[in-house]
Amino acid sequence: MSLNYDLPDDAVMMRNTVREFAEGEIRPVAMELDQKAEFSPELTKKMGDLGLFGVFLPEKYGGAGLGYIPYIVAVEEISRVDGSQGATVAAHNSLGIGPIYYFGTEEQREKYLPQLTTGEKVWAFGLTEPDAGSDAGGTKTTAVKDGDEWVINGSKIFITNGSTPYSLGCTAQAVTGTRSDGKKEYTCFLVEQGTPGFKAETMHNKMMWRSSITSELYFDDCRVHESAMLGERGEGFHQMLDTLDKGRLSIGAMGLGCAQGALDLALKYTKQRKQFGKYISTFQVNAFKMADMFVEIENARNLLYKATWLYEQGRKEYKLWASMAKLHCSEVAYRCVNHAVQLHGGYGLMEENEVARLYRDQKLLEIGEGTSEILRWVIARRIGCYDV
Amino acid sequence: MNSIVCIKRVPETAEATLKIASDNRRLEEENLVFAINEADNYALEQALLLQEEFGGDITIVSVGPEKTDEIIRMALAKGATSAIRITPTDMAELDPFAVASLIANEVEDLDYDIIFTGCVASDDGFSQVGVTLAEILGIEHISMTIEMEAGEDGATVNRELEGGLMAKYDVKYPAVVTIQTGINEPRYASILGIKRASSKEIRVVDSVDIGGKRVNLEKIYFPPPGKMAEIIEGGPDAVAEKTCEILKSKGLL
Repeated sequence: MSLNYDLPDDAVMMRNTVREFAEGEIRPVAMELDQKAEFSPELTKKMGDLGLFGVFLPEKYGGAGLGYIPYIVAVEEISRVDGSQGATVAAHNSLGIGPIYYFGTEEQREKYLPQLTTGEKVWAFGLTEPDAGSDAGGTKTTAVKDGDEWVINGSKIFITNGSTPYSLGCTAQAVTGTRSDGKKEYTCFLVEQGTPGFKAETMHNKMMWRSSITSELYFDDCRVHESAMLGERGEGFHQMLDTLDKGRLSIGAMGLGCAQGALDLALKYTKQRKQFGKYISTFQVNAFKMADMFVEIENARNLLYKATWLYEQGRKEYKLWASMAKLHCSEVAYRCVNHAVQLHGGYGLMEENEVARLYRDQKLLEIGEGTSEILRWVIARRIGCYDV
Repeated sequence: MNSIVCIKRVPETAEATLKIASDNRRLEEENLVFAINEADNYALEQALLLQEEFGGDITIVSVGPEKTDEIIRMALAKGATSAIRITPTDMAELDPFAVASLIANEVEDLDYDIIFTGCVASDDGFSQVGVTLAEILGIEHISMTIEMEAGEDGATVNRELEGGLMAKYDVKYPAVVTIQTGINEPRYASILGIKRASSKEIRVVDSVDIGGKRVNLEKIYFPPPGKMAEIIEGGPDAVAEKTCEILKSKGLL
């Protein structure tokens, strides 16, 4: 068997069709949605019609039955044009659909997944709390058993897709007791919109992802039936880690797409802009910047695709590679949007120019779903830095 | 109702920097992006609309190298049933008559009502394969179709003429219909369709020597630079006035 760097046919087709869709349907409206900070149900429905929700789900739940590589390519191509729509797709698939599919009972899957794959309804994953970000062990939301119900109290913050007009519900992680080793016991619950005591509010004035919805979730004596438990009691911590590990692949894809989008805009602009009688793409200082961007992007792409390939092979070490890919792709995106704005000069500072939006949208990628600092700690620990 | 759609893989040349290969008969392909010929994409959509209305199979036929499978698979992902790829030894050796002969050779025994092609290929611009194919097969043809209403046994089609005129024709099946861009709104391949395309067949046949070539491509070249563009000087008002004069003199205003 020889080493093969060709993408499978289905991933190539995914890139072609999603690029065509992103250029035809998203690019024309992305700037206006961003400026108005408006979530677009129409666009979300179109993405659902295309099949972007549930790419890796079996057909019986309304999915396309494809692997993770085509999914990652899809997120990359959407994010090349617009980070907000990339966020809607990545969060809904990895954080909304994923946990229900991977950990839910057959009844839960059949109840929710077919509604979540059409693009008419979205689902959120409530993990982060006001006082528990990187320190996920500090969560304070609790669930207490009362008869055949659980009573949830607490709040969540920075939750993507939690309060859209089309949110069906959320997966909420809560402390449900103390384990035999003295650590907190976590359990996840599926909480539907409209459940008494559950309130979701949209967070405003974001710097980035302005046409994606970010929410605060409040649970005030919110009662759910015990059948709303995701998997078994006490599995909440493992479910959260597993979801975030896979989620890092899609955040990596958002970074990769953002970086590629920045290079594409920079190339286009510098080949049209003349100064000192020459196209500015031909000045060595600029040409070398773009050459560096190209190399870094290709490098990031290979790392991300390898991480995704390891996951598809069922190899546990994918988790380390997913951490590396998320860290590297988001930082390559940082350098690429920075160069791209520089190459646009004064025009790059104007919101009329797409590159300004990419510059803002990039920043989240170094913070969300594992900060760069936490990821470096994960990697450092894995290579044995602390084993002394 | 069964239809056949002929599609061609062509380079996207609008924004690309073109280089002519050393044999002067083809473009350097290294930095070019290839896609389905634009008019063929509309032809495919027309077949898909008919399939939705009447049912039946769609067979894709393309003459091209192995890389053509990329556009064929996208057509299968959109809903076509199966595909035939005819592999020529050298695309530059084929003229429209040869291409039409190769296609006719493969489709003459198929069960079809309509053969769709795009009205023109964006690379060589011949507009000949569709009508030549109809002549070889001995069936009716309508070219440059801009509107189409299909029935069970035949179709009513509109063609766009110069000067804002339209012409309406009835055509009985089997027939070749060549399609203009703008007749419909081509769909995106769905992601479920991409999954399904992987199990659909692309039958690959080697091109046979049909001995049918009529014209020989001598060379392709960039024409020598012609008359320079007229630069209109002056302030906004003067420029506007002069521009209007020119447009009026050309009958455009």
